[in-house]
Amino acid sequence: MNKKGIILITFLIFLVLHQDFWNWDNASLVFGFIPVGLFYHACYSFVAAAFWAIVIKVAWPTALEEWAEGAADPLEGGHE
Amino acid sequence: MISVVVIAIYLGLLLGLALFSKTLFRGTSKDYFVASHSIGPFMLLMSVFGTTMTAFALVGSTGKAFEGGIGTYGLMASSSGLIHAACFLLIGIKLWAIGKRYGYVTQIQYFRARFESKAFGYLLFPILVLLVIPYLLIGIIGAAKTIYGVTVAKSTPAGEIPGAFPEIFTNGAVPPWLTGIIICGVVLTYIFAGGSRAAAWANTFQTIVFMIMGILAFYLISEKLGGVSAAIEKASDAHKVRTISGEVGFSKLTFLTYMFIPLSVGMFPHLFQHWLTAKSAKSFKLTVVAHPICIAIVWVPCVLIGVWATGVPALNGPVPTPSGAVLAKMVAVLVHDPIVVGLVTAGILAAIMSSLDSQFLCLGTMFTNDIVLHNSKKEYTDKQILFMARTFIIAIVVLTYILSLVLYKKNVFDLAIWSFSGFAALTPLVIAALYWKRANKTGAYACVIAVFLSWLTFFAMSGFGGEYFLVGGIVPAAAMWFIGAAAMIIGSLMSPPPSEKTLAKFF
Repeated sequence: MNKKGIILITFLIFLVLHQDFWNWDNASLVFGFIPVGLFYHACYSFVAAAFWAIVIKVAWPTALEEWAEGAADPLEGGHE
Repeated sequence: MISVVVIAIYLGLLLGLALFSKTLFRGTSKDYFVASHSIGPFMLLMSVFGTTMTAFALVGSTGKAFEGGIGTYGLMASSSGLIHAACFLLIGIKLWAIGKRYGYVTQIQYFRARFESKAFGYLLFPILVLLVIPYLLIGIIGAAKTIYGVTVAKSTPAGEIPGAFPEIFTNGAVPPWLTGIIICGVVLTYIFAGGSRAAAWANTFQTIVFMIMGILAFYLISEKLGGVSAAIEKASDAHKVRTISGEVGFSKLTFLTYMFIPLSVGMFPHLFQHWLTAKSAKSFKLTVVAHPICIAIVWVPCVLIGVWATGVPALNGPVPTPSGAVLAKMVAVLVHDPIVVGLVTAGILAAIMSSLDSQFLCLGTMFTNDIVLHNSKKEYTDKQILFMARTFIIAIVVLTYILSLVLYKKNVFDLAIWSFSGFAALTPLVIAALYWKRANKTGAYACVIAVFLSWLTFFAMSGFGGEYFLVGGIVPAAAMWFIGAAAMIIGSLMSPPPSEKTLAKFF
């Protein structure tokens, strides 16, 4: 499987993990002050940030960046 | 009165920053609209984050958690962390690249070229303006309600607190009409001074302010409640889970389908403009990675404050505390210190104004470029272009200001969800434009018309702006998104593909 496929599957797993139905009615506290349902989603935010950092590292659109920096071909047409 | 002085000092600092950014303004329309593509990673992160976190950030998150419990974070924040970053990476960078290469400064310029239809802009422009206006309203109404709550006379367990201006205004409170004028005036001053560049500078400053003030409020409130453990012990048990219990909690379908609402960032015209201010594609890297973390830094403390508020007697009397007043009331009732009240209020205003500026600016940019300059045979100077943009911005501000007074009593957050839902439902348009070669003019028209009609239908069914769910708790944004996507696919497949020239230009 190529890089894009792995990233897409990981993203879909993230969407599923966001639903955390197993925490739905769990009122226990983590560290004595934060409800587990909130703690889970706070961690989720940080893990999502790590996921996007990895995506940027392995799948950065370098070609797109170079294309943008180049001058538009007159035949392509520019603004309007 | 001391709180008002602190707020006035904050607004003064903001204006000072505007004067500074004016010295960097190059005087060209390109600099005014997209800061000459010169904004680096940190300022891009702060301006994009500040723009997406309007009054929802501090006030809305606390109020929603007070009403619905901890599920608020998963519903609105962690989902946004994932989806917003995906939109920045998959839509933002690509639009930045296309905008940079072909000189576009608005979404409509791109869509007109991509879908080979000049008339398409005349369909999309009024719809985008219509959807931005509720977003503007939540800023102005949110600011007016916050300042009113801070300055009005109050009864607290410690005794009566007089209003800030008892000899001038009723109940001593700054009236909404005055707050609206001041807030709009300050924002207009700095965007008129330096356009996109001033907005980026002001947003960076304001985002730092509201992030720090959110943490400060969290620390001081927890201290007054006897620490974080004591605070959560006193809170209502129903708010510590997501299970539906009376008005608290969320259905699983609502939680699932709410994931569509953060897609709105893909179609916000003011974010498009912010993306185009980036110096290079690399400027996006920090925004993509740090955005979910910034959301957590602001939202986790605010959601906890909202949950703690359920255990504070002063907020749970016979007259329920309005959701928009929870944070201000927690600070006022528990902390007392007028300087802190002023600082936290300044933080709330910062969150609001950091969105208002970009929205005002983008409306002026769209009107000038998509309506006036489009197809115009006359050559305009930069000075004339800036004059047109500023005139349209003033017209929109006046209209929004009048609407904010008329709709002052509406629940501003419910109104905002309708704005976000409309933009979210339009994302099939931009996704298809960027990634589907077969997407064409017919599909684009079908998508926009189908989304607009379904939005109008659901909006009317909600009673024009109230909270509304479809069967099982499905949010209308999800249904509208599928309607828009289906219209785009069917419309495109039933008509000829785009020309080879257009495909070569964009793919």
